Amino acid sequence: MLKYVLKRLLQMVPLVIGMTFISFLIIKLAPGDYFSQLELNPSISRETIEELKKLYGLDQNLLVQYFKWLVNALQFKLGYSFAYHKPVISLIKERLVNTLELTLTSFIFSWLIAVPLGIVAGVYRGKLLDRLITFFSLFGISVPNFFLAFIFMYFAAKTGLFPIGGVVSQNYQSLSLAGKVLDRLWHMAVPLSVLVIGSIAGLLRLVRSVIIDELQKDYVKVAVAKGLPYKTVVLKHAFRNALNPFLTLIGFDIAGLLSGAALVEIITAWPGMGRLMFEAVMSQDIFVVMASLYIGGIMLVLGNLIADLLIAINDPRVREREVEGKIAK
Amino acid sequence: MLNNLNSFLQALYRRNSPAFFSFVFLLLLYFTALFADFISPYPYDVQFRHYPYCPPTSINFIDEKGHFHLRPFVYGYKLVDPVEKSYTVDYSKKYPIYFFVKGEPHYLLGFIKTTYHLFGVKGEGHLFLLGTDRLGRDIFSRLLYGTRISLTVGLVGVFISFSIALIVGSLAGYFGGIVDTLIMRLVEVLMAFPAFYLMLALRAMFPVNMPSVLVFIIIVAILSLIGWASLSRVIRSMALSIRENDYVKAAKVLGGSSLYIILKHIIPNTFSYVIIAATLAVPGYILGEAALSLIGLGVQEPFPSWGNMLSEAENVNVLTSHPWVLAPGIAISAVIVAFNLLGDGLRDYFDVKLER
Repeated sequence: MLKYVLKRLLQMVPLVIGMTFISFLIIKLAPGDYFSQLELNPSISRETIEELKKLYGLDQNLLVQYFKWLVNALQFKLGYSFAYHKPVISLIKERLVNTLELTLTSFIFSWLIAVPLGIVAGVYRGKLLDRLITFFSLFGISVPNFFLAFIFMYFAAKTGLFPIGGVVSQNYQSLSLAGKVLDRLWHMAVPLSVLVIGSIAGLLRLVRSVIIDELQKDYVKVAVAKGLPYKTVVLKHAFRNALNPFLTLIGFDIAGLLSGAALVEIITAWPGMGRLMFEAVMSQDIFVVMASLYIGGIMLVLGNLIADLLIAINDPRVREREVEGKIAK
Repeated sequence: MLNNLNSFLQALYRRNSPAFFSFVFLLLLYFTALFADFISPYPYDVQFRHYPYCPPTSINFIDEKGHFHLRPFVYGYKLVDPVEKSYTVDYSKKYPIYFFVKGEPHYLLGFIKTTYHLFGVKGEGHLFLLGTDRLGRDIFSRLLYGTRISLTVGLVGVFISFSIALIVGSLAGYFGGIVDTLIMRLVEVLMAFPAFYLMLALRAMFPVNMPSVLVFIIIVAILSLIGWASLSRVIRSMALSIRENDYVKAAKVLGGSSLYIILKHIIPNTFSYVIIAATLAVPGYILGEAALSLIGLGVQEPFPSWGNMLSEAENVNVLTSHPWVLAPGIAISAVIVAFNLLGDGLRDYFDVKLER
């Protein structure tokens, strides 16, 4: 297992180098030298600009610049945001918390809802219940999430039941712990339900098709034939065997925790990473764009790594094949 | 050719009728895109300044006295509160709807100058099937013009990225070795970025305000650049297995060049997969354009795209008091459903098992 982990980590190195190089190039190709633009701005002192120029070695050639940037980026020194007058890293930390709060909650809710529904749909395949569930999921994958966000905002504003924008209420500090949790949930109701509905739809279809595949296998027939209750057969046998593809999906979800909600954040005015990235692009706040891209990429690579590790833990065949070059038959 | 199409459509209808109807629906939409100037009652940029946020005008057959009219008509609308933008129906004025009504001049297909529109009302009346936006422009007309952007972005984007993916993927799979390794590493790097962030960052390389045509080209380029990576992976693995076939070996022995083999044997063998994958990929491009335009980084006013029309809904007050600005969202959803159903139908038709 250790060998496998090491191999995976080594494979990540060229990936991270390539990724950072591309983010760096994108910024370099952006129009104009951003420092010349900054020099026109009276609110930024010359010293700050000189400091930054030295920090990033902007007088040297491109490759040297890149390595300087990389060394800084690996220590999470990501530069300075001129729109917010803050170091980028502290800005990102703030926003990261908000985004993760939203996406993790949606992750938990959608798995808790989608897995049972998918199993039910798979078991009652072709029945009315299944048709209802699959119809709902077709709706969920076809309606774009920004449109769903508008619809929910419409209802939230019409009924006045849920707030739009903001993370906590003004009296947040005076609330009890349970009150604080509820207050946060209440504020994220609109973006959360958009994300949950969107991801339930996809997940549900997958769970359903995997369960249907498993239920057709011989061991299920044997288990039924030897007199096990059907519930046990589904939950103890079929479901456990169906776990593998789920693990891949969990990894994807982890990879998308940071960026998956970007558009919904922008529309529902949720102050997260996606919104930060958008504002940075609009105001050409170039360090923030670069840093968001970099952090987003790292999260995606890590998410894929976690997915691979989960599968390897669950399935010894995978690790053998990867480490020893064996082809599983 | 026509015979082929006919038998294909019949087979599609028998196997999977939702796919058939989606196909017809999409054909109609492309037709609409071509003749948008003629079909829409008004040009996309005509502003009825006295009718901002006018609600959809209802089409009536029965008038206020209960009399039935064979020719449908609309009532006049009157702005009563310019601040709240509320309207009352003026029952004293009736405007019947006619076919081939003279209106604003436009160029049909780009060069035939005409003033006729497919339908409309005459005189002082206005026909706003889906209401108007903040500048009093007819949303229905703009929606029809918007099909030009939304539907071509999908096709052009898919065409470009799939061409790249076919060439790159088949090269990597056919030659293997160092070519393969290099290309696949590049693909992995591209896929290591969150797509939406990469889209925003690439967009950040260009000024926010640019001519619409240029923005359109840039958007297509960005979407294609992001889109080809994952497909070329699949093409590569198909090429890997195709090159092991006897007919490829025979072609090699007979002295066929690599280019010949790739063009004649490798690429044609991936076609049925590519057609299905392309159909299922179109919604991604439509959504990408809509998302960029929605947040103001895509197609700019006054040109309508479904995305930038929806951006009016970003203002909650507008959204709640004038919900008809959401119409483009329904259009986007319908097109996506159609492409998904068509893709599923084609999969049945070609009987290919896709790994997604």
